[in-house]
Amino acid sequence: MKLLVAVKEVATVEDSFEVDGTEIDDRYLGARLNEWDEYALEEAVQLREAGVADEVVTVTVGPEEHEQSIRKALAKGADRAVRVWDDALADADLLDVRAKTDVLRAVVEEEEPDLVLTGVQSGDDSWGATGVALADEVGYQWAAVVNDLEHDLADGTASVRRELEGGVEELTDVELPAVLTVQTGINQPRYASMRGIRQAQRKELAVKDFSALGLDPSAVEGSLERTAMYEPESESDVAVWEGSSDETAGALADLLREKGVAP
Amino acid sequence: MSAVLVVADHRQGELRDVSYELVSAGDGLAEQSGGDLHLAVVGGDVDRFADELDLAGVDAIHTIARGEEFNHDVYVESTEQLVESIEPTYVLGPNSVNGLDYLPAVANRLGRPLVTDAIDLETDGDRLELTRECYGGKVETTIELEGEAVVSVREGEWPAATEPGDASIEPFDVTIDEDAVGSTVTGFEEVTGGDVDITEADVLVSIGRGIEDEENLDLVRDLADALEATLSSSRPIVDNGWLPPNRQVGQSGKVVTPDVYVAIGISGAVQHVAGMKGSDTIVAINTDPDAPIMDIADYAIHDDLFDVVPALIEQFE
Ligand SMILES: Cc1cc2nc3c(=O)[nH]c(=O)nc-3n(C[C@H](O)[C@H](O)[C@H](O)COP(=O)(O)OP(=O)(O)OC[C@H]3O[C@@H](n4cnc5c(N)ncnc54)[C@H](O)[C@@H]3O)c2cc1C
Ligand SMILES: Nc1ncnc2c1ncn2[C@@H]1O[C@H](COP(=O)(O)O)[C@@H](O)[C@H]1O
Repeated sequence: MKLLVAVKEVATVEDSFEVDGTEIDDRYLGARLNEWDEYALEEAVQLREAGVADEVVTVTVGPEEHEQSIRKALAKGADRAVRVWDDALADADLLDVRAKTDVLRAVVEEEEPDLVLTGVQSGDDSWGATGVALADEVGYQWAAVVNDLEHDLADGTASVRRELEGGVEELTDVELPAVLTVQTGINQPRYASMRGIRQAQRKELAVKDFSALGLDPSAVEGSLERTAMYEPESESDVAVWEGSSDETAGALADLLREKGVAP
Repeated sequence: MSAVLVVADHRQGELRDVSYELVSAGDGLAEQSGGDLHLAVVGGDVDRFADELDLAGVDAIHTIARGEEFNHDVYVESTEQLVESIEPTYVLGPNSVNGLDYLPAVANRLGRPLVTDAIDLETDGDRLELTRECYGGKVETTIELEGEAVVSVREGEWPAATEPGDASIEPFDVTIDEDAVGSTVTGFEEVTGGDVDITEADVLVSIGRGIEDEENLDLVRDLADALEATLSSSRPIVDNGWLPPNRQVGQSGKVVTPDVYVAIGISGAVQHVAGMKGSDTIVAINTDPDAPIMDIADYAIHDDLFDVVPALIEQFE
């Protein structure tokens, strides 16, 4: 059984930053492997270690700079990686769900995995939608916001728990092939070992452009236009205590006593 | 004229609050574009749900009596077929866990652009401007698109519609390809029982990722002891296994309304805030003065928790 894990490098933002046009100024951006994708990857690696899967392949739609995160995924146990990039993508103003779905479809058709794992959402754009849109596009079954997967896929069914609101879980059986969007907490993602990091350097990381995947540049001609980005105007009337930590702690202690908290 | 279709959200026999909020959001769009507001109720007790959602602004309610609970295949096919029949410009649904399980597929089937988690919508009937957050609420962006769209709206952003209306209520016939239904719900389970019930606490000391390491938790345990308060947390603390699930505040954890909620090293992501915004007094301790938690806090200390918390414990010794 082959598993495909969609992993994305996401941008992180420093506490203070500036917006430049419709983007955050690069100087204030960092990068990490998307939190949700770390859990999806770990689940896939555990399935391989349990002998349920034979191969774990990652796919990333992103530029060369994102290879640091892809190597991290390889170091944590993925067998090989595919990275898709194309001038058409570099020129796109906004990578929406439609565009990502079209690109990822081409990779799913080439790899023909039995199970695709994505994160519930990307930490920066937070569309929360790519996994389910992809499933529909390639004709796979799906389940969104999965926080438990039984590691017994032998009868062609994935038994999952979907985490609903308010501490309620839905138990669902999904026929394979399927796409599952993985929620944080489903497992405890491992750290990459030194050995893993060394091995990752030798693992295959295939780079494909649109022509290699038979994709047309129009695949990413989005209909969405980002017209503004700004720091939300604070509606808050929060009272901020200033001073040394002894002073601020003192002010808070006074408030708490006033509210009848604590002896 | 651009008609609007909103799809209600329900679970285990009850409409979820967002259904009433969707009516407000849909009504706003229908008014701006001069079109009709249609509402769909799929599955469950559709007649009762239709009566409950017969609210001012809604022109027509379409009931689709299929199954008791949410099934995404039924929702996708029902919505798709309704859209073909009504031809609405905008389809709105909830950005709930179930919304995220079917709306992306609806958009994909219809070949329409999808925008999720919208917090504001404006249209002139032709161009739609949507506002949404990025980077965990650090910035807002506006996105524009022309013509048809599928949109999921954030829960708790629009007021709930309450005024009674006089919509036409009619069953809508859908054809569902049973062979294409590949997922079966086998049950539900409530998962957050255990030693403490944080919803009962008068005072919550709540800790987030700012605590960095499991061993540092002792610090906030000491604070909770000193204040005779109960310890709760944001999701990452539970995900890491540092505290049990019954301590989690938020969308997928517990909704709490204590007299005092002290949020320490918690950024205030929307899914966390959903669980604690009803607290009487909210205090935030956070190094980031612009963290979203500041928007709902009453009092704040913009400082390092590793300095403030020990100083606070000292105040009560
Ligand atoms: C479907 C879904 C459901 C979810 N359900 C929930 C839920 O029920 N509950 C929930 O909490 N989350 C939930 N989340 C996750 C949510 O989106 C956030 O990821 C999470 O709330 C972030 O937790 P945090 O604030 O502790 O961490 P972060 O967002 O990482 O924030 C840490 C904060 O600590 C501050 N900080 C760091 N160091 C210090 C220091 N030394 N002193 C003071 N401050 C410091 C930082 O400035 C930052 O603001 C859900 C997400 C999804 C997609
Ligand atoms: N550029 C990308 N490359 C690979 N996978 C992606 C990309 N964008 C999103 N995904 C996957 O889709 C999930 C949901 O992302 P999103 O719909 O953008 O919130 C992520 O957790 C990834 O698994």
